[in-house]
Formats: sequence, C-alpha cells, structure tokens
Amino acid sequence: MAGSIRSRFGSGEMRLGEKFWHVSWSFVLLIALVCGIGFLTLYSAANGSIEPWAIRQMFRFAVGVAVMLGVAMVDIRAWMRWSYVLYGVALVLLVGVQLHGSSSLGAQRWIDLGFIQLQPSEIMKITMVLALARYFHGSTPQDTGRPLFLIIPLLLVLLPAGLVLKQPDMGTAMMLVLAGGALFFLAGVRTWMFAVVIALGGAAVPVVWKFMRDYQKQRILTFLDPESDPLGSGYHIMQSKIALGSGGLFGKGFMLGTQSHLNFLPEKQTDFIFTQMAEEWGMVGGVALLSLYTLIIIWGYALSLRCRTQFGRLMGLGLTTTFFLYVFINIAMVMGLVPVVGVPLPLISYGGTAMLTLLFGFGLILSAYIHRDVPIGRHGPEIG
Amino acid sequence: MIHREADGTKLISRRALLLGGGQALLLATLVGRMYYLQVMEASKYAVLADQNRINLRLLPPPRGRILDRNGIPMAVNQQNYRVLVVAEQTDDIGDTLDALSGIVPIADHDRARIIREAERRPSFASVLVHENLTWEEMSRVEINTPDLPGVMIDVGQTRNYPLNDLGAHILGYVSAVSESDLQGQGSNTDPLLELPGFRIGKAGVEKVYDMALRGKGGTSQVEVNAVGRVIRELSRDEGQPGADLKLAIDLDLQRYAMQRLGDNSAGLAMMDVHTGEVLVLAATPSYDPNAFNRGLTTEEWKDLTTNPRQPLIDKVIAGQYAPGSTFKTMTALAALESGVTPDTKVFCPGHYNLGNNTWMCWKHTGHGAIDMPNAIKMSCDVYFYEMSHRIGFERIAEVAKRFGLGTATGLDLPGERPGIIPNKAWKRASLGQPWFPGDNLNNAIGQGFVLATPLQLTLMAARIANGGYAVLPHLAQQRIDGNKLTPRKATDWPDIGISPQSLAVIHRGMEMVANEPHGTAYEARIKDPAMAMAAKTGSAQVRHVSQREHEMKIKEDQIPWKERDNALFIAYAPISAPRFAIGICVEHGMHGGSAAGPVGRDLLIAAQMRAVDPKAPIPGLAPMQPVDGVAPPPQPNNDSDPDLIPEGGA
Repeated sequence: MAGSIRSRFGSGEMRLGEKFWHVSWSFVLLIALVCGIGFLTLYSAANGSIEPWAIRQMFRFAVGVAVMLGVAMVDIRAWMRWSYVLYGVALVLLVGVQLHGSSSLGAQRWIDLGFIQLQPSEIMKITMVLALARYFHGSTPQDTGRPLFLIIPLLLVLLPAGLVLKQPDMGTAMMLVLAGGALFFLAGVRTWMFAVVIALGGAAVPVVWKFMRDYQKQRILTFLDPESDPLGSGYHIMQSKIALGSGGLFGKGFMLGTQSHLNFLPEKQTDFIFTQMAEEWGMVGGVALLSLYTLIIIWGYALSLRCRTQFGRLMGLGLTTTFFLYVFINIAMVMGLVPVVGVPLPLISYGGTAMLTLLFGFGLILSAYIHRDVPIGRHGPEIG
Repeated sequence: MIHREADGTKLISRRALLLGGGQALLLATLVGRMYYLQVMEASKYAVLADQNRINLRLLPPPRGRILDRNGIPMAVNQQNYRVLVVAEQTDDIGDTLDALSGIVPIADHDRARIIREAERRPSFASVLVHENLTWEEMSRVEINTPDLPGVMIDVGQTRNYPLNDLGAHILGYVSAVSESDLQGQGSNTDPLLELPGFRIGKAGVEKVYDMALRGKGGTSQVEVNAVGRVIRELSRDEGQPGADLKLAIDLDLQRYAMQRLGDNSAGLAMMDVHTGEVLVLAATPSYDPNAFNRGLTTEEWKDLTTNPRQPLIDKVIAGQYAPGSTFKTMTALAALESGVTPDTKVFCPGHYNLGNNTWMCWKHTGHGAIDMPNAIKMSCDVYFYEMSHRIGFERIAEVAKRFGLGTATGLDLPGERPGIIPNKAWKRASLGQPWFPGDNLNNAIGQGFVLATPLQLTLMAARIANGGYAVLPHLAQQRIDGNKLTPRKATDWPDIGISPQSLAVIHRGMEMVANEPHGTAYEARIKDPAMAMAAKTGSAQVRHVSQREHEMKIKEDQIPWKERDNALFIAYAPISAPRFAIGICVEHGMHGGSAAGPVGRDLLIAAQMRAVDPKAPIPGLAPMQPVDGVAPPPQPNNDSDPDLIPEGGA
C-alpha cells in the first residue's frame, strides 16, 4: 500500500492540485518575508517613496513568484533532460555578451533581447548547477575518484567562469567557481583533490606575482585592501563601514539613515542595500535578516535532502549553496571582509535578473522537493 | 543497486552536513563582524558619520566700528552688494552672463573665470560675478531678475572709511589675510583667518586693536549631503560682533588740520597735556584706505610708493626731523637745571667762534647782549651755543630724554620711530667718532644729530606745559586686553624732576615768542588773552649751507623745494591753565612761524572752543566729502518701494 502511493509519485502522475499541495509554503513564506524587507528598504532608499524602486521590485517579485511556482510544477525529469541544453544556451548567451554586449558600469554584462535585458552570467549560475547535477547524477565514488572523470565537469565550471571573468565580473566568476566546487564536494570528490588544487593554486600565486607589472600589482593590492586608497575605491567601503557602525545596536530608525539619505553611501539600492538596512535597523535588524536568510538556507538543505534522486539532491544543494554565496559575499563585502566584487544581496537588492534568477532557482528546489520520490535511473531520465 | 544508492545518499548527506556546517561558520563570522562594527566600534563610526554630514560653517562677525571722541564714525561696515550666479538655476550660463553684462560690466577674463568656476564646482554652488555694486546697479539687477535666471544678489560687509584720506594714518586699513599673518600662530590661529575674503587690520589702530575689533566668529552647523549641498541648518551660534573702538581724536579737528596742511608734506599732532589723549594726528599727503580694502591696482600702488612726498609714511610718528630751534627749550632747561640763572646775559655778535671755526646766528647782525627769555623769544643761536658750551651736551641730552625725546612715545600705532638724542657714547657706537666740541653747538640748537618726530615734539611741549609730568600719548580711549576693550583709566603721571622755577622761565620765554613783538611767532599769536598760546618756532636745515651761500643771500624761493629748510612749531594753550599742546613739522616749509604757526594757532583756538562745546563749529572747515563710488541708501526697505508692494497689499 505504501507502494501505491509511491507509484503515484513515482510515476510522476500527480495532478497539478496535488503538486500545489506539496509546495513547501513555509519556504515560500520565508522568501516573501525577505522580499518584504527588501521593499521597505527600497522605499526608504527613495526617501519614503515607492517610486522608483520599490514598486518595480514588487512587480518583479509578483512575476518571479509566478515563475517560481511554474518551475516547481514542471517534472524534475524534464529539468534533468533539458539541463545540458539550458547550460548550452546560457553559454552561447555569455559568448554573445562578449561579442555584442552593451557596457554598463564599465563591465560587459547585459544582452538586449529586445524585450528584456538579460544578464547571462546570472542565468549561468542556475544552469551550471543543473548541468553539474546532471553530470554527477549516478556517479559512484569510484567514478569521482578518477581524475579523467572530472575533466568534463571542470570544463563545465571553468568555461563560463573564464568568460565571466573576462567581462570582467569577479563576483560572478567567484560564485561560479565556489558553487562548482561545492557540487564537486557534494558529489563525493576526494578531499585530497581539493587539497591538491588549493595547494597548487597557493603555490602559483608568488610565481604569477613575480611576472606581473607594477601597475598590475598595485591594482590587485588596492582590490584586496581598498582602504589603502581612501579617495578612490576605498571611499565606498569606508562610507559603508561608517554607515553600519554608526547604526549601532538598534539603528537610526526607519528612513533616518544619514549616510544613505545624504548619499554618502554608494549604490544604496543595489549592492550596498544591506548597509542601508543595517544603518537604519542596527545590528538587531542585520541579525534578524541574516536569521531569515539562514532559515531559507536550512529549508533549502532540508527540502533538497528529502529528494531521493542524486540529481535532485545535488541540484537543490547546489542552488542553496549559490544562494548562500550571494548572502555571504554581499554582506562580507559591504562590511569590508572581502573585496568589493559586485554581488547583489539576494531578494533585496534592486534588480530584475537577480530576482528572477533566484526565484527560478527556488522553483527548481521546490520541484525537486515536490517530485522527491520520482525515481530516475542511474543513466538519466530517459532510461529510468 | 539499492545498497549503492543508499551509500550515495549517505555520502551526499554527510557532505551536505559538512558543507552546511562550513556555511554556518561563515554566517557566524558575519554576525561577529556586525558585532565588531556596530557595537564595539559604534561610537567611532557615529563620530565619523557626523563628521560626514555635519559641516561647521564660520559666520564672520561684523567688525567693530571706530569712532571719534564724540561718537562720530571713522570706520564703518558697509553693505557690499554682490551679484552671484548659480549654474543649476539657468539653462545656459553664457546667455545669463550676456544678459547681465548689459547691467554690470563683465570683462572677458572675468567671464572666462566665471564659466570655468561654474563648471568645476557643484552646480548648486554660487559663483561671484561682480562685487561692490552701486545702489543703482543693484536695483537694475533686482528689477531685471525675471530675465536673469540663476542670478542672485548677496549682501556682504565691507569696511568703509568715510573720511577717505583724512584719517588714513590713524585708522590704517584692513586687507585680506596673507601667509605671513598666519605664520607663527600655530594651532592658536583664529579660524576666522581661514575664511576666504576675511579682512584684518594691516595698519593703524585697525591693526593694533584688531583682536577686539574683529570679534568672535559664530558658527552654523549645517547638514550636508555627499556632494556638499546644504540640507538644513542644525544649530547656529551667532558669535560675538567686534567691539566699537572709541578714539580720542576729534574728527572735525582732524579734518581741519588735514585741510589746513593741504598739499604740504607735513606731520602734526595735538594732545591733551594732562590726559595724553591725542586729538589730532595729521600727516600729509595721505592715501585712501578704502582703496586698500578694495584692492589696489598696480598703478595706484606705484603712484603711492614713488610719490616723493611719501603718502604712505605717517610723518607724525615715523618722520624724524631735526627739531631745530624748538629744541632750544631743552638746552635752556638743562642750563637752568645746571645752575645758570635766567638773567644770565650772553653777547651775540651774529656768530660764535670755537677753535678755528665760526658758527653763525640766524640773525647775522646779532642780537647784542641777551638774557634767556629773550633768547628764546628771538631764538638767538649764539645764546644756546654758549649755554651748551658751558654745560656740555650730555646734560642737555639727559633733560631731553626726560621730555620724551630719543625714545618712541609708545603711542598705540604701529611703526613709531624713536628719533635720536645723541651723546658721546651714541656717537662712538654709531659713527665711531669721538664727540667734538663743535657737536655741543650744533646739537644745542636742534641741528646736528638730533632727530625727533612731530609727535615727540608735541609730547615735549605737553610736558613743558603740564609742569613736568611724564604724560604719554594715546589714541584710543580704551585699552585692549586680549580680545576685549576696557575703558582707559586716568593715570597719575610721574614727575620728571624738573624744577618749577626752571619751567617757569621756559613758559615765560615761549609766551613771549607768541605774544610780544619781535617774537618769532608774534604774527601767529592768539589775540584773545583767555586762549593765548605759548610757542616755539624752528626751522631746520636739511643740508649743509656753506658760508659762501650765506653771503650770497640767495632768495628763499629760488632754492629747490627739496633743499629748503623744514619748518617746525610747538605750542600750548591756554597759557593760564595749559590744556592742549601741538607739534608741527612742515617739510621744506622754511619758517616755523609763518608756515606752521597759523595752522597751530587756529587748531588751538578750535580745540579750546570745542573743549567747552564739543559741537562748536570750526570756521572755514570744509563740509565732509561724500564717499565716492558706492553710495548706498540707508536700508533697502521693500515696503517703501511702491513697485515692490505685493498685489493686494496696503
């Protein structure tokens, strides 16, 4: 009798209503809560106006939630089937950006499809996880123990990372490499291999350094320590720290942040929005937001691990890790822990592509959760 | 199969746990960092945030006025109307400037500067187009405001001296702060000095009393945004306006003295012999201190510095002249104090022989046998040659110093010079020569090495007049104490130790000079006995006159101006109860009695009249000149202007 239920799920023959019933609404609620905080912060950033940011962000959220639920309804096998194709499309778009992309803020990131401006690097964050999960699906520890087996997934990571780095977009490249690394780790690649790669990388640094020109060295040093250049790149991070620090434990109050409202804080509605939030709400607000993010991550882990298939688990964990990377890199960046690399605060920073990408990703996690008992054979959905 | 899948599940779960643990750790560091920034370092960053947003703006205090003894202003602050343009309020700054140039002249280089500045600075910042607008220009700009987008008018304050050049040497002037003004002040530098356009006293009482006149700067705390735009004012401290400085100068007497000295190159001082108040301090020619405040052109500066009559030098305190015969009062006093009796007679044949040399008396035919009062009255040179020969110049020098000669008087003006009272030690030190017997003679009649400023001669006359008290001159009726002014208290001057009997002889001699026929200042006497003055004239050679020239008897007006004798005059009045002393030197004016006497007489009369009634008119005093250039009406009052009454208004 357990078999009858299992077969219903196993066949993937759930009706739409049933799937809806199985959506983790608590997960959706957490996401909506964080987005709500985002709307409030954008409202404050515009000096108490829903124009121009909050209203558009709400609209994008509405569209994004629809997309998320739509993605969640799609059978996980379909996602698995299409994962390489989607990866390929994203890669083509990335190359397209390289060839035709319009320059924004000095970096080539956007591609204009006529009706929407796309950031292929954002799409790549999802599709790369899909492709890697697809590749590692059904792999055994014996497989992952063979270096040759790892050449293709390495290319799957390094190719887009290299293209993104050329834009140049350090933040996304870093996220792709770290998310890829996480998937390798989850797939069971031996820890000594990571150790070797890290050791080799570390050993290469002084060699590369030796061959670099002085101005290149200077550029890297400033990147690593922006405060050594207080009038240039250090200005932003200094102002951000001032905003955070002056917010104190309880903050200056909603809409009362001096640093953000007097424009000392750069990019307050995008990459530095956490700073504005924490200036106005203090450490209490910052920790509260971080707690919500942590809950989303925990939910992401829990939902993913409920999935029986390797593909589903790897994809869910990979996407959750990507989400974690957004959170960590952005907040660490505005607090001066890591260099400023241009990673938005997920679900809160003003911007359409990131919002859609993230909700699409959550949709995939939900899909893995809803279709958690759908069996997929070792060699892929077609055979299974 | 199932077994392996379970293995795989276990592996992923284990690895997911490790990964999740790592992520939790990283998130914990974020909380730690937040705690560090927002709790541990919070106060430091709170200060930095305030420094960011709060801008302290200095408000320059209005400078204190300078008033004469009757409270009439000699230095005031005037509204300085300036036209400014704000780039963000106009579509095209060039068009605005074109329209504006029809009203106020804008030179091409100014135009270029304005556009450059407007581009360089934030768009909301105002750029100065033109300052010191006349009232007429100001009104025309105001009326045309609708056609002049971005143009605004701003009222600043500028120093104005209504006397123009008639009080320049007393008042001095204000000018922009220079590097040297800031040097050596270290961290105590008044922040006001850093204000662009701030002016400080550079000469005269403006300089001496600068700290009190300057006042204390106020501050305005404003909130600014990242590009410096002012969002709002948080607090304001008005500071403390500069204190008004009241001088002892009598404005009308001062103007009268300047008027009477006219084009002469001269210095004149008048003081109260008891209090030391200086009522007049006139040096001609003078300059217009307003020009210094405005900024001199190169040409104006060249004119001032190359003028042979040296308008920039305050001849009253910095002009050192041989006192000539006015110094005979000192020689006579020294002789009396050395035991010579006033009725001691000396025979004057018109010359005096010492060794192989002959010294002439100004009256070549000689005065015959003459006693001391008459020698003073007729200014017989031979009498004083003889006195100095008898007692030696050391004693005369010692007496002269007690009357204030040879050292700066300490008047509250910068740049005072000490003059010279020579003696043996001085001559050896400065010339490397011994004292010759002939030196006794030359110096006894105020020639030779003796030098004194007109102020010192005035002081000498004052100490003679007040019975030998060491009065000291001062201009201000207040003392400066840090940056405050306190009223000057009456001082009991010490006795200089000259016997009244000796002084009485000098008084008698000086009375005869100006009141008896053949007295050198008889022509310039005051006829009203209640106001009568005692005087001593002098004329001092500015170059050596040879025996031959004496014999040739060149007519005076044939001598070039530069080579003519300086005319000197000291006097006090009234004789019965001396109150005012005066000292005058007219460069190359030839004779003290004729060139300086009448000026001294008229001033002494006027001073005595005004001592009774401070408003007594001075006969012949020209009315005040209107201030040229800027002619501001009292106060721009919109209500009184029918064009500006808003519709529906009364």
